[in-house]
Amino acid sequence: MPVLRIPTPLRAYTNGQSDVNVNGVNISDALTDLTTQYPALKPHLFNEGGDLRPFVNLFVGENNIKDLQGVNTPIKDGEKIMLIPSIAGG
Amino acid sequence: MLPELSRDEILRYSRHLLIPEVGLEGQRKLKNSSALIIGTGGLGSPVSLYLAAAGIGRIGLVDYDVVDSSNLQRQVIHGTSTVGKLKVESARAKLLDLNPEIQIDVYNEPYTSENALRIAKDYDIILDGTDNFPTRYLTNDVAVFLGKPNVYASIYRFDGQVSVFYAKEGPCYRCLFPEPPPPGLVPSCAEGGVLGVLPGTIGTIQATEALKVLLGIGEPLIGRLLLYNALDMSFDFVKLKKNPKCRVCGPNADIKELIDYEEFCGVPSHDHDEESAGAGWDITVQELAERVKTNHLKLVDVREPHELEISRIPNATNIPLGQLAARLSELDSADDMVLFCKSGARSTRALELLTSAGFKKVKNLKGGINAWAREVDTSLPIY
Repeated sequence: MPVLRIPTPLRAYTNGQSDVNVNGVNISDALTDLTTQYPALKPHLFNEGGDLRPFVNLFVGENNIKDLQGVNTPIKDGEKIMLIPSIAGG
Repeated sequence: MLPELSRDEILRYSRHLLIPEVGLEGQRKLKNSSALIIGTGGLGSPVSLYLAAAGIGRIGLVDYDVVDSSNLQRQVIHGTSTVGKLKVESARAKLLDLNPEIQIDVYNEPYTSENALRIAKDYDIILDGTDNFPTRYLTNDVAVFLGKPNVYASIYRFDGQVSVFYAKEGPCYRCLFPEPPPPGLVPSCAEGGVLGVLPGTIGTIQATEALKVLLGIGEPLIGRLLLYNALDMSFDFVKLKKNPKCRVCGPNADIKELIDYEEFCGVPSHDHDEESAGAGWDITVQELAERVKTNHLKLVDVREPHELEISRIPNATNIPLGQLAARLSELDSADDMVLFCKSGARSTRALELLTSAGFKKVKNLKGGINAWAREVDTSLPIY
């Protein structure tokens, strides 16, 4: 199954897990599975209307899903999905 | 015309002159170039040290802070002897000791919409080593408006990111992050911590990218983002594309001048961990010290369990902020409750969470356990 990489700032909501196996054929399914496994993540990824928050960047392999088919971007078994956080420390 | 190198400079930079990609001409290019470094902290330390050592002719440093002993775990340009001194002056002395051949210009002022264009306009390249979202958006927009490359890096705990945002040739910071996260969602390093060596790793990569851009060699991280994790020791790269809807560098950009970045981000433009929940929601440490004598109060410590080893207030229940939503059933909304953390930021988030869940008798301890350690129980350490 595809693997979703959780960035450090969000690992507080995944019991410290850095890589979460997710079920699904596209990003939308994968995120539904992820937030079912870890409900506390949901408000960090989605707004009240259920849309992905604008600062949330998801990459399948090297590519931003915004440059592909958004949440409908298909994912394959074993594929790496990266959640890229906004961090500001310096 | 590029400036000549003196005999001393030829000796000083001999290891550069031996590399064909740099050579005498490259070193003269560096001498002729200028770099503005925003922030003289964790990233600014290695960045400025290596750019000064490399012989960048003129380096600008922007920072208005003073050196604090809690900086020294990672801000290696400063030292115990400069605690309490201006960071830009502390850094300037160290850099000129390392390389007296170069010019260091310091700007002991916050980098704001009022002064940023004036400060940045005469530099060839800008390096973003700031510690907060408003200044990151400001740094980006200034670079876009002035047509300059913005060598970006940011860090948190064990994670680092580096890219070269250069709107003339690729995406800008806003193409990737059109909007900042809501206030409080992403903890700052003051709040969440950072591995001391992380800015060393990331800052040296940032300095490398600046040198490559100035020399015109190699493949700079334009259109690519490096993601580093120190725990996994992983380096991942993703591709970044120009966002056609980008509000500053897209074809239909509607932001044509600098804006109010603190308003845009909803947070102040400095790395902060002291937060207030606002009128009526705060309790001071003195008030709390009085009230615990007479009233029954439920004290809830929302810090991480490992922080309890540093300091604790007796009889407090520990529920880390990240677990609070799932553990609401452990709290009774009929109780008078005081929430606290290190300095007030996380407990403010916790208060928002509890009030939206219907809790009404809840207060935030202003200044957190650090204020308690400063003013009530001075046997506790401050961290």
